[in-house]
Amino acid sequence: MKPKICVMRIEGTNCEDETARAFRLVGADAEIVHLKQLIGDCSEERKRDLFDYDAMIFPGGFSAGDYVRAGAIWSARIQSKLKNKLNSFVKEGRVVGGICNGFQVLTTLDMLPGNVRAALSTNESAKFECRFVYLKPFGKSAITENLDHNEILSFPVAHMEGNLTFVPGKEDESLKALKENDQIIFRYVYPDGTPANRKYPINPNGSIDDIAGVSNLEGNVFGLMPHPERVLDSFNHFDWTRNPRKVGDGLITFKSLIEFIKKKL
Amino acid sequence: MFNAEIRIELKPGILDAEGKTVKNSLISLGFNSVKDVKSIKVFKISLDEDSKEKAREELEKMCEQLLANPVINNYSISIEGD
Repeated sequence: MKPKICVMRIEGTNCEDETARAFRLVGADAEIVHLKQLIGDCSEERKRDLFDYDAMIFPGGFSAGDYVRAGAIWSARIQSKLKNKLNSFVKEGRVVGGICNGFQVLTTLDMLPGNVRAALSTNESAKFECRFVYLKPFGKSAITENLDHNEILSFPVAHMEGNLTFVPGKEDESLKALKENDQIIFRYVYPDGTPANRKYPINPNGSIDDIAGVSNLEGNVFGLMPHPERVLDSFNHFDWTRNPRKVGDGLITFKSLIEFIKKKL
Repeated sequence: MFNAEIRIELKPGILDAEGKTVKNSLISLGFNSVKDVKSIKVFKISLDEDSKEKAREELEKMCEQLLANPVINNYSISIEGD
């Protein structure tokens, strides 16, 4: 059976097409669904039920113009209309993921990391960082469990607010909790896998411990700032002429994610 | 009818990237006396509530749920009207 994936959109999301394409390329049945379709604010034939899907992905973009803070409006709308259902969805062990703006939404909703409070604050550079970075996968989350943890991946980042920050004064204990529970799933590294140690531009945003992505305690909710859906084909990589790959690093990542989802069916 | 002003600032210890950039730009324009710049966001909200206390209660909820991120922001509320 093909896993059914819901890629949610609202006004201002702009990565839903690539994200849905990624899932289709790895054999899933992906549908782009507007938030209004999930909360019944539409015509009868367009209504969708969250529980018809095996996974829900919050894609990247500039939802609602990123007014107030990146992802704040999208989070508020989920909080008021869909949060209870989404909580049951997660409790059942179904997969929820956020990429870039989606990661900002899941963090604002306190679904990530879940056991400690965190926020994605403005990049240390005070700039919109839009370029390739190198990443090392870790942990047993939905998206990283089936990846080769010794292989360095390269995805683009495109964000202004990606600096993972904990409550001031609680940085050490928060980081310790994430490490102990294996919740750090991607870190920014040099091309050879050496830790970035918060050095710019290898770590593009100043994120603590070079964290690019985290998961919840159970691993079925995950989020990352870089965009795997933008490098599905070999020629999407900036160095594709001198470093040919069979497929893009993003496709490898979505393959790993779909294997995890299939095991749960 | 009450008119409220809500100030959202970054908690001490959180990097104010916008403030830092503005400070550097001001200094490069020749304003060498500039020592610090902080960016603060202000929302002006008009609301109909029975009492000032109730208005404050509602405004606090607005800050917690949308206007401020409790992890990185402090907020203050001032209310005018009766």
